[in-house]
Amino acid sequence: MNGVHDLGGMHGFGPVAAEPEREEPVFHADWEPMVLSSMLGTTRLRQWNVDEFRRNIEQLPPVDYLRLSYYEKWLAALERLVVEHGLLTEQELATATVQGPRLDPAQIPAAWVPSFDPPSSPPAFAAGEPVRVRNRHPHAHTRVPRYARGHVGIVERHVGGEPLPEDASVGVLTVQHLYRVRFEADELWGEDAVGNDPVYLELWESYLEPVGERA
Amino acid sequence: MADEHAHGHDDHDHDDHDHDHDGHDHDHGDIPSEVALRAKALYSLLVDKGLLEPDSVDRIVEAYEERIGPHLGAKVVARAWVDDEYRRRLLEDGNAAAEELGVGGWRHGARLVVVENDEDVHNVVVCTLCSCYPMQILGPPPVWYKSAPYRSRVVMDPRGVLAEFGTAVPEGTEVRVWDSNSEVRYLVLPQRPAGTQDFDEDELAALVGRNAMIGVEVVKVPSGAAQ
Repeated sequence: MNGVHDLGGMHGFGPVAAEPEREEPVFHADWEPMVLSSMLGTTRLRQWNVDEFRRNIEQLPPVDYLRLSYYEKWLAALERLVVEHGLLTEQELATATVQGPRLDPAQIPAAWVPSFDPPSSPPAFAAGEPVRVRNRHPHAHTRVPRYARGHVGIVERHVGGEPLPEDASVGVLTVQHLYRVRFEADELWGEDAVGNDPVYLELWESYLEPVGERA
Repeated sequence: MADEHAHGHDDHDHDDHDHDHDGHDHDHGDIPSEVALRAKALYSLLVDKGLLEPDSVDRIVEAYEERIGPHLGAKVVARAWVDDEYRRRLLEDGNAAAEELGVGGWRHGARLVVVENDEDVHNVVVCTLCSCYPMQILGPPPVWYKSAPYRSRVVMDPRGVLAEFGTAVPEGTEVRVWDSNSEVRYLVLPQRPAGTQDFDEDELAALVGRNAMIGVEVVKVPSGAAQ
């Protein structure tokens, strides 16, 4: 989706404010590792995959997305996912009290098992070949940043077969070839390119089209 | 512990934490904030439900404060500097080479790709769409890495962002920006600094910081330490 999470190339956020490397703590508040722990623990149950998790974060209201810290966004997404997938109820979350029986993690069948075969078809694109990123604006979760859409890059290499994020985000496994693609600065940013420094992205086969052919 | 990262979101979606332009954090002192209460509620419910071990949070804190952090990446980098054969394997297959040094637990399907700096190329890593980061080898990402200023600007003006870290890349050196939009995690292999020919592997590793392995800084020898 064309969400505010898709930050690459946006203006107006100011300079990077970095804490000195040796002074920055791993966690900035006691509750942050609780969120991380909840995340890792529930992820082990394989009720959802990373793209479904990302989709939930991207669907936060844009103002919230920009306002909330990273672990706050994780928390908001987790609160939705545990209810959607029946691990907790809304009432349990609202009252902070367990109402149903204890669950046995070993008895919860995995909803997402990301073991998959490579695509049966050979890769459509070869290293060195120019490709254009399809100019698409899906409402669904996607991993094509807006700044790359419609632009031409050169395939550096075929990376492998990977689940297509659009489908994975709704629990459907579709494996496609993945390519590492290099984009020159002037191709991405036109006359406003600051320098000649390239950007590399990894793009699924259906994100790409041969140059000269428009979808 | 590393196994817990299997199929995890451990290296994903780390979003920004520093939109408080008035300079304070989200941890508002002694009174538990609304978010702290919610986080504790979720965690406790999962424990009470039998879905999390009661000591999970302690183990997470111990793991990321003691065991899993940039020192792992530094060990890999130092080995690559002293052992050309290891360097070749690291560039060929980051996961396997890191595992040789005991750095593992890679999420299924997550590839570690190591990109090497030299005279001609300087690499820098970002995730513009969330905050993907090689957490197994560097620990959780710094706040700035997850922030909107970094994510928005480094793809368009990498040298301007590097300058904010005090890093000037020579004009003739290409800056490559790696936007981590798939399940590939990038680690920058920095250049070995001059004046370290007599350093042993541990001394070299001690020079290598997190920011250099993200690519926003270069590895330097503290003044007076060069031999």
